Amino acid sequence: MTIRVELPQFLRRLANIQGEVQVEASAATVRAVLDELEARYPALRGTIRDQVTGVRRPFLRFFACQEDLSHDGPDAPLPEAVVEGREPLLIVGAIAGG
Amino acid sequence: MSSVRVLVGTRKGAFILSSDGKRDRWEVAGPHFAGWEMYHVKGSPADPNRIYASQSSGWSGQVVQRSNDGGKTWEAVDNKFTYDGVPGTHQWYDGTAHPWEFKRVWHLEPSLTDPDTVFAGIEDAAIFKTADGGKSWAELAGLRGHGSGPKWQPGAGGLCLHTILLDPSNPQRMYIAISAAGAFRTDDGGASWTPINRGLRSQYIPDPDAEVGHCVHRIAMHRSRPGTLFMQKHWDVMRSDDAGDNWREVSGNLPTDFGFVIDVNTNEPETIYVVPIKSDSEHFPMDGKLQVWRSKSGGNEWEPLTKGLPQSDCYVNVLRDAMAVDSLDQCGVYFGTTGGQVYASADGGDSWKAIVRDLPAVLSVEVQTLP
Repeated sequence: MTIRVELPQFLRRLANIQGEVQVEASAATVRAVLDELEARYPALRGTIRDQVTGVRRPFLRFFACQEDLSHDGPDAPLPEAVVEGREPLLIVGAIAGG
Repeated sequence: MSSVRVLVGTRKGAFILSSDGKRDRWEVAGPHFAGWEMYHVKGSPADPNRIYASQSSGWSGQVVQRSNDGGKTWEAVDNKFTYDGVPGTHQWYDGTAHPWEFKRVWHLEPSLTDPDTVFAGIEDAAIFKTADGGKSWAELAGLRGHGSGPKWQPGAGGLCLHTILLDPSNPQRMYIAISAAGAFRTDDGGASWTPINRGLRSQYIPDPDAEVGHCVHRIAMHRSRPGTLFMQKHWDVMRSDDAGDNWREVSGNLPTDFGFVIDVNTNEPETIYVVPIKSDSEHFPMDGKLQVWRSKSGGNEWEPLTKGLPQSDCYVNVLRDAMAVDSLDQCGVYFGTTGGQVYASADGGDSWKAIVRDLPAVLSVEVQTLP
């Protein structure tokens, strides 16, 4: 299935991505989306989740359909609107730091 | 005619400053990796077009970049730094056991002979090696396995391995330094390590003469005398003439012997440079005067170098990886400040000029002398 993903600007620049990305994920989960995203853009490995533990980096969050999915776990099903391509999965950087 | 390329890492990106061998007119390129902390950028001595860069941020962790064309274009390489085996614990600031956790790469030291081989000094302190140009990294676990690892404690900047020196006369010998564990040497290519801290005295630790626990800020050597080492410790400037087995203080007449950087003139192995900093709580120069101090006698007798440097109202710091020397006939000396200035001297330190004044805070400075 095709999942639309929006990355924060600093990760788009790191991976040389223009605008939204469309990912062919093997399942409707954050884990499957990230697996495919990292396979396609190796520069993103380790920047969204730890490469060893798979744990999400604390200053990044996952949102979709105006809901925070960050604490749902990587294998929780994505919202229907995301699976159907009507809404993107948003990977958002915390507004923090100097 | 030779030319010079200065690689500058800052809190918000990397910059490349270029000049011909006269070193009086400079071009500034960058920022590369804008917005990211660039702890270190260093070129391969074996192939100056090969440059490695440590890129990190609080949001997205560690990235390692590599350039094959002198910094014009870059590609991200492997950024997986996994400790060998069960990492165990080191001491936390309060003396409790704290698990070893990878945080960032402080220093990248390319091999003297092979552009694909690089050593990485990381926080929490360990040394890693790649032999495939950064496609994969593996820990040289003998360092943490030395046995003193559980006693290592972080300095204020973290438990960082920040200095890696390669002996040009002996590929099996390397020196490293860790804040605040001290200095270590390997004589077997990194398989095993020996602490080399005899003679260091640190009043701020329970046993001032302890085998480990010293906050070494930087070590430098001249390539013609790899057994002679110069050290800027938290306090004290030190010297060893037996590959670190024994150290003696050479602070001499320095106005303060606290500081971070130390380096050696490329053409004069007994000429060394430091930037005295007032104290460990006041990380700025004495009396608002930015001064490099030079010793032409390998320590003890020092002279201030002030021409071209601000002599009033200057309260910047010069961090441990932010001084370097070129290898032209008249040695160029370079350093960067937390105020964003990069100063250069084309006459061995006699006079200074700001190459660039308003960069983000400078974390590291390296120089490549190009044919």
